[in-house]
Amino acid sequence: MTFFRPSFRHPDLPPNESGYYLKDYEGGISTLCAGCGHDSTNAAIIQACFELSIPPHKIAKISGIGCSSKSPAYLLGKAHGFNSVHGRMPSIVTGANMANRDLLYLGISGDGDTASIGMGQFAHAVRRNLNMVYIMMNNGCYGLTKGQYSATADKGSVGKKGDPNLLESIDLCEIAIQLGAGFVGRSFSGDKRQLVPMLKAAMSHTGMAFIDVISPCVTFNNTPGSTKSYHWVREHSEATNTFDYVPFKQEITTDYEDGVTESVVLHDSSVIHLHKTDSSIHVTDRRQAVDALEEHKKKGLILTGVLYIDPDSEDTHHILNTSQQPLNTLGEKDLCPGNEALQSINESCR
Amino acid sequence: MKPTNIKDIEYFHKVIDCQYACPAHTPVPEYIRLIREHRYDEAYMINWVSNVFPGILGRVCDRPCEPACRRSRVEDDPVAICRLKRVAADNRKENIEAYFPPIPEQKNGKKIALIGGGPASLTVARDLLPLGYEVDLYDEQSTGGGFMRSQVPAFRLPERVLKEEVGYILDMGVTTHFNHYVTSMRDMLAKDYDALFVGTGAPKGRDLPDLPGRQEGDASIHLGIDWLASVVFRHIESIGKKVLVLGGGNTAMDCCRTARRLGGEDVRIVVRSPKAEMKASPWEIEDAEREDIPIYENHVPGDFVVEQGKLVGMHFEKVEARYDDQGKRTLVPTGEPHVFMECDEVLVAVGQLNSFPWIEEDVGIEFDAWGLPVLKDDTFQSSLEHVFFGGDAAFGPKNIITAVAHGHEAAISIDLFCRGESLAVRPLPKVHLEGQKMGVHDWLYHNQIDDEHRQSVPVLDKAKSLKDRLLEVELGFGQVVGHTETLRCLNCDVQTVFRVEECIECDACVDACPERCINFIDNATEEELRTRLNAPAKELDQDLYVSDVLPTGRVMVKDENVCLHCGICAERCPTSAWEMQKYTYKIPLAGHQ
Repeated sequence: MTFFRPSFRHPDLPPNESGYYLKDYEGGISTLCAGCGHDSTNAAIIQACFELSIPPHKIAKISGIGCSSKSPAYLLGKAHGFNSVHGRMPSIVTGANMANRDLLYLGISGDGDTASIGMGQFAHAVRRNLNMVYIMMNNGCYGLTKGQYSATADKGSVGKKGDPNLLESIDLCEIAIQLGAGFVGRSFSGDKRQLVPMLKAAMSHTGMAFIDVISPCVTFNNTPGSTKSYHWVREHSEATNTFDYVPFKQEITTDYEDGVTESVVLHDSSVIHLHKTDSSIHVTDRRQAVDALEEHKKKGLILTGVLYIDPDSEDTHHILNTSQQPLNTLGEKDLCPGNEALQSINESCR
Repeated sequence: MKPTNIKDIEYFHKVIDCQYACPAHTPVPEYIRLIREHRYDEAYMINWVSNVFPGILGRVCDRPCEPACRRSRVEDDPVAICRLKRVAADNRKENIEAYFPPIPEQKNGKKIALIGGGPASLTVARDLLPLGYEVDLYDEQSTGGGFMRSQVPAFRLPERVLKEEVGYILDMGVTTHFNHYVTSMRDMLAKDYDALFVGTGAPKGRDLPDLPGRQEGDASIHLGIDWLASVVFRHIESIGKKVLVLGGGNTAMDCCRTARRLGGEDVRIVVRSPKAEMKASPWEIEDAEREDIPIYENHVPGDFVVEQGKLVGMHFEKVEARYDDQGKRTLVPTGEPHVFMECDEVLVAVGQLNSFPWIEEDVGIEFDAWGLPVLKDDTFQSSLEHVFFGGDAAFGPKNIITAVAHGHEAAISIDLFCRGESLAVRPLPKVHLEGQKMGVHDWLYHNQIDDEHRQSVPVLDKAKSLKDRLLEVELGFGQVVGHTETLRCLNCDVQTVFRVEECIECDACVDACPERCINFIDNATEEELRTRLNAPAKELDQDLYVSDVLPTGRVMVKDENVCLHCGICAERCPTSAWEMQKYTYKIPLAGHQ
């Protein structure tokens, strides 16, 4: 653990378009184990927010309980934050999102917080296509309670204690696709070249953007027999595609061969260009996405990259036809239009 | 890029910017840490071994270390290294000589003559006496110190400080021949010394002989260095009220400030070039300005105006600096009418020259076209094999610390020569890497970077100090302020050592590094790598530390430029692939193997 961070930063680091420096997106000093994948994931979130030039005060970071859920302390010190109850992050985001739809909601959770105690919350937040980025840091074990296997640990995977995991694992990406998430991806904390653009795309997506980040636990689950170790993931992962995320304002300057590039335009007119190894698989096809996941699993491979996007996805606010103006800014006059208005509504129902 | 060879003894040395920039390679961070711990004697001794005159240099060094200091690249100002050296000197115990190397009773039978009693000669004496050499020192002054005595005014370097540190060396057993101006090299050679060292400096002030009025006004026109010496030796005790000082170097600063103390009321510095190009150290310019001495830039001396045999002023031509494509400067007259400045006296401090009128042409010592001795590369050996040169006498006017560095090298050469060994096979620096880890976040050094700004030094009241040229202006840091200043040091000698075979590429160091120095990327040429790093690596003098190839095919690249040496990479590394190790680099001295 490190208790101290110097205040000096590289003098030549440039600000982003909004005039903020990387330092403005940093949080407190991490108290996680040295080498924890979550630290890298947090750094990727910081980098993505910086690159998108999102003003820090326009972000809300909300988490449950667990190693990963400590993250709001380590990133975006100037954003809104809420470290909630175990497994209840989606409820808190739902409430906050209903009250103020203008913020970017980053839900940060772990495999225990999501796939075990919070499974029901997860399922319903996805089903509602809540407008948020749901980042699930997945290390396949309960790091805070001495490394027991979690519900996402693969059957047969061997952690630090040496006994293999006997139970089936839950693939949250498959479930998220089935339950109607508009954006589903999987990445690896040790691959920022993939993770940062994926986070940026997810942040630009409207609706539920679920990202499963395999994020090794160096203390309990970084063993040679573990399928969530740095080594295993590097050896056994295959990307669906490499991709560029191009924000709306930015001119597209890269050229790729025809036939292998699929472009998906998001709500805010930003574009994801996918450079695929297999041009027959369409990332916007839900069934193909699930098939691809299953096929790779059968081969013992971890499929990473953007797994599924529904560019036309409609988020909870749209589905429920809520007020365009955030609820928290509506005044008494808007909320209590008075007897006259009530009478006219009643009249219309007669 | 090829993996960095950290076994190259100069690699980590270069990372210690201050030590690398110091001609004598004094281990700066090491002694600053000792001062922090109030271990002044040890701090003093580290300096004494390396630069011989800690108390003197702690006041008047040219400080090449400070512009190099890494702190000035992450913050505004460098660590006040020079003033910290003085803290060590001011607080050392009285009989520090107890730590000095013993002088053998049994001599080795070799006799050395030192001509000139300045820092270069004294360094040679200091290095050779403990080895059993007999050393004779010749100087025209009544005691040792050379130009440190005759040129540096007492308000910057008190006599007491000079006397003590020069005395340490003389007391080691130098046979002194003071008040003895050597007039003939031939006579010296006839004395059968095993080796002779010439450390006579650059004793001649440059004049402006062709300027109209120079001859007529001679009584009121003085050469800077000669005038300063006359003040020291009390041949001159006053000066006219209006004084012009010509020249923009440190000697000019000393001249004008001394003039202020001898009765000069309207003292002006007049330089040919723009002020920004003056050779004087910035702090010496500041000190002069604080004493109400204005600087007139871009004024080229035209003539001395003498009326009825008395100097009354000078004319100057106004110019402006123009630069061609290569950055070469020419001073072009602006065409404005010449400027007249009244004055009673003029001090000419426009440079110094080497001068060896006492070395006969036929004794076998060759000189080059600039009048400097022809010396063999880095050995300081002249064409007459048992005659060596050092200090300003070797390569022209520099400064004290350079003279000391020359002295060390010349002493090595003399020792090798007297033992009949090859001068080309020289002892190497002593280097050592030493782990600093005490626990997960405990280090043998203080790794918490302090946010304090550079401490300002207390100075004597101006009115008081201008009345007495013997009163020291800078009062030096006290122990408390000195301690605060030591905390600013970034411990650049504690190196980040990367062991590629231990790395699991978890990125923890990349994420934790506050300066974003560390990168894991695909290898490329240095030029390309510098453009691809997390933070721009524009300082080409600062090396990139590149590892061997990692399992993912990438390499670790660390830009050494603004690394704070805070050790956070090592604290956050789960496998100790990063380690903080203190690099000790000690220059070789005579007698080392």
